[in-house]
Amino acid sequence: MEHIGIEPGRVHFSWISSAEATKFVEVAKTVAEEVKALGPAKHLIKGRAEVA
Amino acid sequence: MLEYTEKIRETAGKLLEEGKVEVFIGFKKGSVPMMNEPVLVRDPKKVELLYWDSNCGLNLCNYLTKRTEKIGIVATGCNSRNIVTHITENQIKREQLYIVGIPCTGMIDHRAVQHAVKGREILDVQEEGDRLVVKGEGFEESFNKADFLQSNCAVCTHRNPVLYDEMIADAVEEQTGVSAYSDVEEIEQMGSEEKWGFFTQMISECIRCYACRNACPLCYCPTCFVDESQPQWVGKSIDPDDTMTFHFLRAYHCAGRCTDCGACERACPVGIPVRQFTKKLNKDALEYFSWEAGLTLDQRPPLDVFRPDDYNDFVK
Repeated sequence: MEHIGIEPGRVHFSWISSAEATKFVEVAKTVAEEVKALGPAKHLIKGRAEVA
Repeated sequence: MLEYTEKIRETAGKLLEEGKVEVFIGFKKGSVPMMNEPVLVRDPKKVELLYWDSNCGLNLCNYLTKRTEKIGIVATGCNSRNIVTHITENQIKREQLYIVGIPCTGMIDHRAVQHAVKGREILDVQEEGDRLVVKGEGFEESFNKADFLQSNCAVCTHRNPVLYDEMIADAVEEQTGVSAYSDVEEIEQMGSEEKWGFFTQMISECIRCYACRNACPLCYCPTCFVDESQPQWVGKSIDPDDTMTFHFLRAYHCAGRCTDCGACERACPVGIPVRQFTKKLNKDALEYFSWEAGLTLDQRPPLDVFRPDDYNDFVK
């Protein structure tokens, strides 16, 4: 994804077991923070079809 | 190359007559220059159809998927690697195949030749040793074949088949010192915006005909994700974001499987260098997993096995 121009930090991967609630919270927080810091996404956003 | 043609015909005829194979898959001369077509021969009397020169750039492995009869097939280096991938992925059995190996010196980039004669209509292209003689209405030009190789062939390091039952000629010397990924490295140096700009520009001409997918032997899913409508994974219009989604998802599906045969690029009617997507994944497979697809039947592909020392840094 980064190779085609999606900023580093926008895509995250994690492996969380269903028993790891704390890890899930931590990861969700970090992801939210890092993505917020990057600002709104600029690419791969599809608008509504323009109908004449 | 013409001596290859004779030998292929001879071998195919023998195999069909002896009943060793029920069908022989090869190429026949195309109806226009530099466009050889795949052909399936069942009748030993029709082996004269078979042909070989440096315009056999499509991948014949495409015609093997889920076949049940005994098959003879010609295979260059990359094609043989795709056959290995097919066997590994249970799309065909080794016992069904009689592989006629072809040491390959690269396929011709028909667009480059067209460009070199300044777009004039080409009526005939003949190979004479290392030279290409291109003829048309009122012109005849001769070129060095090595200067007109498909970009994947120019950096190929597996010209000889990796799996075969017989070879049509002696093995050719493998290329050394070619840097296969210099173009990918150039893109890696760019910033995110520049990368996005590069790829957006690259696929801007795409008409979503899916020729790249159809030419690819790896794309054998009964229903491709782009054709599915329930659920619809990706939009079907030529919206730039949908087109980008198609291209990079197609590439992901080829991760660790692509042999860089170049059939996708050759098939593209608008000349998009679609290998730029798969090449990055090939480079990653090589760097992170020391893997090049289809070299051996003894090893499972990297995305199919788990090893404790697998590259893992991206998982948090």
